[in-house]
Amino acid sequence: MTSAGAPERSGTTRGGGTLYRGDLGMWSWVAHRITGVLTFFFLFTHVLDTALVRVSPNAYDAVIETYKNPIVNLFEVGLVGAVLYHALNGIRVMLVDFWEKGAKYQRVMLWSVLVVWVLVMIPGFYFMMERTISDLVGGH
Amino acid sequence: MSLALDKPRQPRRPAARRGNGELYSWLFMRLSGLLLVVLVLGHLFIMNILDGGVHKINFGFVAGRWASPFWQFWDLAMLWLAQIHGGNGVRTVINDYARKDSTRFWLKMLLYVSMVLIISLGTFVIFTFDPNISN
Repeated sequence: MTSAGAPERSGTTRGGGTLYRGDLGMWSWVAHRITGVLTFFFLFTHVLDTALVRVSPNAYDAVIETYKNPIVNLFEVGLVGAVLYHALNGIRVMLVDFWEKGAKYQRVMLWSVLVVWVLVMIPGFYFMMERTISDLVGGH
Repeated sequence: MSLALDKPRQPRRPAARRGNGELYSWLFMRLSGLLLVVLVLGHLFIMNILDGGVHKINFGFVAGRWASPFWQFWDLAMLWLAQIHGGNGVRTVINDYARKDSTRFWLKMLLYVSMVLIISLGTFVIFTFDPNISN
């Protein structure tokens, strides 16, 4: 699938079809790819660091200790955000494929995905960052 | 040696002889995806919020968790499904963007080697974990 040279008109409403290129549906697909690839790379690292429990408790604890800081904590929120989007949009893709009205409601479902994402991420951000924020603000 | 003649109106390139592999791959992405929604979101919610996040994690935490066959199985299922689901996704991405056949081939080899490595290592660690291992 090469995008270069793809006929520009193939999806425009002029042809009686619906616009895909540059439309919201395309960006949902782009975001699905990016979040998926990032999560896959994270998983590679995550299995390697957890495998250290087979080496020695000290080796494992030493590596996990390097994760206990605000920057990594923020990355964790990013990871959860990426996985949550990928999961919600994945459900939307399944509904488009298997539900008879899925294609008709794909746009409404995308907005629902985004709304649910925001509604989950607001408390999620708070509970995941609670410790880091109180450490930064309160000190101790 | 017989003389090979093209049949009339034979296409210049024969149609690709493909099996149903891509159909199964497509179906697998949806089935594994459904399971992973539960396994991964559950894992993230428990680890990052219910159990207090990375600050609570150390060797003892892992030992406590893997004392239960339920969580061992959860993690094992998550490892296999996520690796194959993610690997298959990256395979699609490589197929889409690699421009040269050799680049495509070597990127996929690198991907397959990393998948085998991670699945084997993770499975080995879950099955042979020893809470009393020495420091």
